[in-house]
Amino acid sequence: MNKMLFTGNAAIGEAAVRAGCQCYFGYPITPQNELTEYMANNLSRRPGCTFIQAESEIAAINMVYGASVAGVRAMTSSSGPGISLKQEGISFLAACQLPAVIVNMSRGGPGLGSIAAAQSDYHQATHGGGHGDYRTIVLGPSSVQELADLTYRAFEMSDKYLIPVMILGDGMLGQMMEPVEFKYEAPEVLPVRADALRGAKGRPSRFVRTFTSNPSELEELNWSLFRRYQLLQKEEVSFENYLTQDARLIVTAFGIGARIAKGAIKQARGYGMKVGLFRPITLFPFPREQLKELAKTTSYFLDFEMNMGQMIDDVKLSLEGAGEVSFYGRPGGVIPTSTELLRVISRIYSQKGLG
Amino acid sequence: MKKIFSRPKSLKKAVFHYCPGCGHSIIHRIACEAIDELGIQEKAIGVPPPGCSVFAYYYFDVDMVESAHGRGAAVATGIKRAYPGAIVFTYQGDGDLSAIGTTETLHAANRGENITAIFINNAVYGMTGGQMAPTTMLGMKTTTSPYGRDDRFEGYPIKMSEILGQVRGTCYIERVAVNSPSNIRKARKAIKKAFQCQIDGLGYSLVEILSPCPTNWKKSPVEAWKWVGEVMAKEFPLGIIKDTTGKSDAD
Repeated sequence: MNKMLFTGNAAIGEAAVRAGCQCYFGYPITPQNELTEYMANNLSRRPGCTFIQAESEIAAINMVYGASVAGVRAMTSSSGPGISLKQEGISFLAACQLPAVIVNMSRGGPGLGSIAAAQSDYHQATHGGGHGDYRTIVLGPSSVQELADLTYRAFEMSDKYLIPVMILGDGMLGQMMEPVEFKYEAPEVLPVRADALRGAKGRPSRFVRTFTSNPSELEELNWSLFRRYQLLQKEEVSFENYLTQDARLIVTAFGIGARIAKGAIKQARGYGMKVGLFRPITLFPFPREQLKELAKTTSYFLDFEMNMGQMIDDVKLSLEGAGEVSFYGRPGGVIPTSTELLRVISRIYSQKGLG
Repeated sequence: MKKIFSRPKSLKKAVFHYCPGCGHSIIHRIACEAIDELGIQEKAIGVPPPGCSVFAYYYFDVDMVESAHGRGAAVATGIKRAYPGAIVFTYQGDGDLSAIGTTETLHAANRGENITAIFINNAVYGMTGGQMAPTTMLGMKTTTSPYGRDDRFEGYPIKMSEILGQVRGTCYIERVAVNSPSNIRKARKAIKKAFQCQIDGLGYSLVEILSPCPTNWKKSPVEAWKWVGEVMAKEFPLGIIKDTTGKSDAD
């Protein structure tokens, strides 16, 4: 095992290069600049590859769109405000069924907000984000190793399902350093999709478009996307169960929030409280069935997020009333401690008479 | 009998949906002629915009990808960088290129992206029903400048070609018009030259084409042709704005 020390942002960059990402287009915004800088260092002079510091987030996502049309693996990254600007392009990517990887190392909002880590972009990420009836696949890593692994998976899934994939990290995950193992080598020949637009040589000309004057045709597209989302729900959900088997109270949390929750749960276990963690790794598709399964053995859930409660909607929809859900969250880029969460866990544990 | 005129190979056999007297159909045709003459049909990738010409892919027999409004230059950049073997061109209107897509256009030009822009200037937003464009003439009435464009409130017609001429990454910029047989021939030559610039790897090339929109100008096709020459061309003078190729003529 060859482990290296990487920041989360750089780990995404290295993983993307190894996944055969040929084009990266970005625009500076904190807290994800290390990724843009990593790509400037490692992709811009790589044979056949392209790095552009674009004039805006809008330009960057549209460059991704162009590169994806030409059949190569392309990515962009940003944070909150920049991700908002990219939404037009993401909607077009979804409509044209083009793969792309978009990284959001999210920060506190709304507005310019703060540059501290937050999870306030969950709704935007998991509900499409832009105009129209579409979703993106959303992955929620909670360690640098997982960032690397999920970056590779993001490119694979995006190519397989022809749906843009968003990696929803946060400022803390992006900037902290952890040992990471890259489990694959960069391909010698960069992958090119078979349906790429590369000129009508030896085949009839093709076009890629979103606009149609025929609503029935557009309805068909929406159905086709919807069927793929159903397939994702069946085939691609991933999650982590941590000490849930005997748990009387289950914390639901994702990303960096889940790391904090794990610390609190370890401490709670030390005090004899039977607490576990359910962590969705795919935020869309959300592991609905797997969460509901847990309601067979426990009736109490505590949703914990670094926002005012966004994933809690998915938690409640998944449970379909099968459990009682409490909430604890800190918005705006405030980083709660595990001790703070432990106090909330202890209070609920005793109030509900779980001890 | 010698055949001296036929449909360009890269123009699909389809009936144009454009209004009578509209410049788009002429421009489509001469662009296809240029593509044929240079033998680049199999390499060409076009990027049409939202607007009347969103359906350009029904006419150009080359690979095409629709762009979001104004983003053509960024999309073309992505394609060309990902696959430099393609000959990439954008087809953009005045609202697209000189209002919502100013940033993308200016910066693609400044990077010297090796792409070609065909820029249609008809002084209005056509498909949406004749609203004021950044290129609308002073005094011109549109649905959103019902009292006539007044510089005190709406500013001046913007000359994107001249602005782009100041940018180092551009190699060739010419303004032409499709309002007479001789001007149409000049326009075809200019488009061909712009593509040649890209083939030669010289950087960003652009042909601005003053083009009639009789429907939204509320003029007959003949009046519209005249108006292009007598009014538009006064504000937007025809001719070469920048040429670093050292060749005066594509032929």
